[in-house]
Amino acid sequence: MKIVVPVKRVVDYNVKPRVKADNSGVETQGVKMSMNPFDEIAVEEAVRLREKGAASEIVVVTIGVAEAQPVLRTAMAMGADRAILVQTEAALEPLAVAKLLKTIVDRENPGLVIMGKQAIDDDMNATGQILAARLDWPQGTFASAVSVENGRITVTREADGGLETVDLALPAVVTTDLRLNEPRYATMPNIMKAKKKPLETIAADTLGVDLAPRLETVTVIEPPVRKAGIKVASAAELVGKLRDEAKVI
Amino acid sequence: MTTLVLIEAEGASIKKASLSAVAAARVFGAVDVLLVGAEGAQEAARIEGITRVLHADSTPPLAECIAALIADRAAQYDHIVSAATAYGKNILPRAAGLLDVQPITEVIEIIDADTFVRPIYAGNALATVRSRDAIKVLTVRNANFEAAKLGETASAPIESVSAAVEIPDARFVGIALTHSDRPELETARVVISGGRGLKDAENFKLLEPIADRLGAAIGASRAAVDAGFAPNEMQVGQTGKIVAPDLYIAVGLSGAIQHLAGMKDSRVIVAINMDPEAPIFGVADYGLVGDLFEVLPQLQAALEA
Repeated sequence: MKIVVPVKRVVDYNVKPRVKADNSGVETQGVKMSMNPFDEIAVEEAVRLREKGAASEIVVVTIGVAEAQPVLRTAMAMGADRAILVQTEAALEPLAVAKLLKTIVDRENPGLVIMGKQAIDDDMNATGQILAARLDWPQGTFASAVSVENGRITVTREADGGLETVDLALPAVVTTDLRLNEPRYATMPNIMKAKKKPLETIAADTLGVDLAPRLETVTVIEPPVRKAGIKVASAAELVGKLRDEAKVI
Repeated sequence: MTTLVLIEAEGASIKKASLSAVAAARVFGAVDVLLVGAEGAQEAARIEGITRVLHADSTPPLAECIAALIADRAAQYDHIVSAATAYGKNILPRAAGLLDVQPITEVIEIIDADTFVRPIYAGNALATVRSRDAIKVLTVRNANFEAAKLGETASAPIESVSAAVEIPDARFVGIALTHSDRPELETARVVISGGRGLKDAENFKLLEPIADRLGAAIGASRAAVDAGFAPNEMQVGQTGKIVAPDLYIAVGLSGAIQHLAGMKDSRVIVAINMDPEAPIFGVADYGLVGDLFEVLPQLQAALEA
């Protein structure tokens, strides 16, 4: 079975994002960029499935600017076999991304797509579900455990009150939650090897997908700043403040 | 035109997050609610301000089936809404995918019928977006909207519905619920959360008497969950639950960006931490610098006094 793993290049999770002065978005120029943390978990899970003999080939895909190539190299250093860059300068929404991914999935014909449950920049949590809908495949979202057997995948999902289990016919789309695994670090020899693995570039506008945004960003602002608080000296003083000043207990 | 709100029942009662979604959706006009599952229709019919209850009692609790059910009936609606819970976040984007519309998730403010505010970058920025889609599919953060009220008696008619389409092969195996007598984290008036500073799962119990005294839900930071001190569903943050209680008490947690994204809209924030430089003090209304193992018993004593 082949596995396709979509990955996204995002502002590194350790960077405190800054809103642009013209309120058009968040500053990404000159900011450290990395693979979306949930996507690292997806790559790791694909590699583990191959190590267990449940997968034969892992193809990573990203959609974006040429500068996203290092993210694909990282994924290949973790164990992916080859990579596809669907190149575009446009800022794309999950719907357009899912449609582009569908063209890749249609071409590659994998048994499984594993991807992060959300990107830490737009915080949408939608692309995997939309892709599953457009492929008419079952979905296992927010996965904290998966197992593949007899053409089906069992997915343990992080639900509101606990853990839910679903059993899906393959091919399927799975999105990863944090607890699924601990991604491995790419070793130096593997980083060197990854440089020789195939990386194919496809222009997004050759794929016949309508990329026009459906959402117009009116403005992006800083959230309101909380009023500076005070330090108290003791638990008794704290309880006094909560009772008499804040009136919350 | 009318709005369809996907609601969720827990046993025979409607989840409070769903009641918030109904209240948010009422600004668009008339509201139909859709309930999937055997129980809860009678209580759903008591929700004030709704036109009717669509009840799919034989539809399996799977995104594949419920999204198909929604898409099947979507032509009658201009907005499709649910709470931004794990349930809604699983289903609504799939329905949007079937309808070829871009969903708008985690909405915190509705400006008008097309324009919405949602946090991005772990809540470090607020984006106002205007949708060009004919049908708006959105999930709303319940912490930002009041809950709709339940009337004394059932007043909305209940109509039985089912999906008339083929669905992909998926089976619901089961759910292992984490049992708790405490209030639900996302709707509790008071939340006390522990971080890595508690050092182990046993010490997490130190939060319990204080939670009992305050009628609080107990939460955890991602670090505490990853270290195995607390179960996943207790996690507060960008990748866990979003809460906005009247009082949030953060104990032994540093206040990483990802945690703040889940709680910084709380009305009053208290931080108890040994490190005076911890970022959590940057958002706390009241900060107490000290060893939590000394402070927690003192806090308990002060609450009893």
